Amino acid sequence: MAMLELQGVTVRFGGLVAVNSLSFDVQEGTIHGLIGPNGAGKSTVFNVVSRFIRQDAGEIRFRGQALDCEPHEVVMRGIGRTFQNVELFRGQTVLDNVMIGLHTAGKTDVLGGALQTRRVREEEAATAKRAHETLRFLGIAEYAGRRAYGLPYGVQKLIELARALALRPSLILLDEPVAGMNPTERMELAGVIRQIRSEFGMTVLLVEHDMSFVMNLCDRITVMNFGSKISEGTPPEVQQDPQVIHAYLGEEEQDAAAR
Amino acid sequence: MERGINNERNGNQGLLRRIAGTGLSARLLLGAALIVLPIVTAALGRSYVVYLYSLVMVYVIVTLGLNILTGYTGQISIGHAGFMAVAAYTSAILTGRFGVPFSLALIVASLLAAALGLGLGVPALRLQGHYLAIATLGFGVAVGQLSASWDKLTGGYQGMKAPVAAILGFRFDTDLKYYYLVLVLTWLSVEAAQNMLCSRPGRALMAVRDSEVAAQAMGINLAKYKVTAFAVSAFYAGIAGVLHAHLTRYVSPYDFNMGVSMTLLSAIVVGGLGSVPGSILGAVFMTILPHVFSRVKNLPLILAGLSLILVVLFLPYGLVSLPLKIKSAALRARARRATKSGNA
Repeated sequence: MAMLELQGVTVRFGGLVAVNSLSFDVQEGTIHGLIGPNGAGKSTVFNVVSRFIRQDAGEIRFRGQALDCEPHEVVMRGIGRTFQNVELFRGQTVLDNVMIGLHTAGKTDVLGGALQTRRVREEEAATAKRAHETLRFLGIAEYAGRRAYGLPYGVQKLIELARALALRPSLILLDEPVAGMNPTERMELAGVIRQIRSEFGMTVLLVEHDMSFVMNLCDRITVMNFGSKISEGTPPEVQQDPQVIHAYLGEEEQDAAAR
Repeated sequence: MERGINNERNGNQGLLRRIAGTGLSARLLLGAALIVLPIVTAALGRSYVVYLYSLVMVYVIVTLGLNILTGYTGQISIGHAGFMAVAAYTSAILTGRFGVPFSLALIVASLLAAALGLGLGVPALRLQGHYLAIATLGFGVAVGQLSASWDKLTGGYQGMKAPVAAILGFRFDTDLKYYYLVLVLTWLSVEAAQNMLCSRPGRALMAVRDSEVAAQAMGINLAKYKVTAFAVSAFYAGIAGVLHAHLTRYVSPYDFNMGVSMTLLSAIVVGGLGSVPGSILGAVFMTILPHVFSRVKNLPLILAGLSLILVVLFLPYGLVSLPLKIKSAALRARARRATKSGNA
C-alpha cells in the first residue's frame, strides 16, 4: 500500500520551477531514496510534504488522505522529519530536544506547568522516560544532560534523528542523514535505519548524496533532475538507467575515479 | 539577540537550589533571610530601604515576565512598561473610585494586561525583529500618551492616588507590612515561572526561539505559543504594575514611561537572557543602581549604559553566568600552572 503519494506536484518560486509535475509513491514499510544532483528539488519536496511550502499544483496524499494541513499539524498525522542543516534547539539539553519531539504526546499547558499538578509531574516523567529510551536506542544516552550546542556534528545529527523518532511516526523524512559523518558512522546509521523499519515498522523517505549509502540501504529510489523525475526503481535498475548515468551517476563515477 | 541566550538545565532549576547548593534547607534559609531582613532594616529606622526592597521585587516580577517573552521565546518588547501602566491605573481606579477590594482589583487588572498582551501578540505574529520592536515601542508610547491626556480617567500628568492595599480587612499600611505582601506574590511568581519553564510549555517557548521550522515540525503551533508568551509576559507586568501603584500609592504617566521599558530590557540583558535567576539579578541591579548613585545627576543612567555595554562585550550570558566564568577561568589557570610545573 502506498503510504505517501505525490501526484503532479508542482512548486514555483517566482519564475523558477523547483518541482515540476512530480509524481511518485512511497510504499509502506520501504526505505525509499530520493536522489538527484544539487538543485534537483529534493529538499523542496521534503518541504512540501512538511507543508512549509504549498504546492502550486498537484496533490499529496498520506495514508490515502489529502495532506493539506498546517506545518505544525503534519507530525500529528504521523510524519516526522530531520533537516539538512541540523536544526536543533541549541540552547537546550539533548534530553529537552528529544522531549520537544514528544510535544504532541503531552497535554500540559502554561497553567498546568506553573502549578505542577500531579498529572503534570507524571506526564513529565513519562515523557522523559520515552525520550531516554530513544536516546539509548541510538546510543547517545550519555549526552542526555549536555547542551545540544557544541556537540560533534555526527552526534547532533543523531539527536535530530532521536527527536524525530521519539514520537514513533509512521513515516520519517530524513534529509541527508549521513552528511558530515565518517564511514564507520555511516555504516552504523544504515543499520539504525534498517532497525527503525524492522522494530518500529516505520516507512523511511530519505534524501542523500552518498551514493553507496543510498544504493546499499534503499529498497526503491526516485531520481530527480531539474525538478522532474527522471527515473525510478530498485537500486540496480536506477544505476543502469542511462538517463541517471548521464545526469548524475556519470559525474559521480568520474569523481570517484579522480579520487 | 539569539546569541545572548542561556538556559542550561541548571539555569532552569530552582533559583534557591542554585544559589546555595541543593534542596529544601537552602530555600528555607533564603526564605528566612527575606523574612528577617526587612525587620532588621526597619528596626534600624530605615523604612525607606524597606520600601526599596519592595520596589526591587516589583521589578523582579516584571523583568521575569519580559524574560519569558524575550529571553525564552525570542520575541522582543520595547513597550513593556505599557502593560504595567494599564494594570496600575486599572487597579487604582477600581480600588480608589469604585471601592473594589484590592485582591479582586489585582486579578482583574493583571488579566486586563494579559488580554492586552494577547491583543498585541496577534498582530505581532506577522512581525519579527526590528518591526516587532517598533510595534511594541508604539504600544508603550501610546499607553503613556493616553494616560497623560485622558484627564478624567487618569488625572493626566498630575496622576492619581492609589489607596492602601487591604485584604480581608487587613491594611498593608506600612512599608514593612506591604513588603510581605510583595514578597509572597514575588515568590509565587518566581516559582510559577520556574515550574512552567521547565515543563512542556516552557520547552515549546524555547523551541520557538531556537528554531521556528524545527518547532513546527515537532508539532508546536508558533502562533499559539507566541501569543501565549505575550499574554503571560503581560500578566506578570500587570501584577508588577498593580503592586507598584499600591506601593507608591500613586500612579502617574512618569512611573511607566519609555525609560522604564528600556530599563527592563537592560535588566534582562544584564542579568541573563533566558534565565530566571538572571531576571532576578538584573532587576535587583537595575533597580538599586539609581538609588545608590542618586547624589550625582545622570550618573545612574551612565552606569546602566556602561554595565550594559560591558555585559554584552564580556558576559554575553549576563551576570548570572559570572560565577561559571570565574570558575572556568580558575580551572584554566590551574591547568596552566600544572603544565608549567610538569615541564619544570
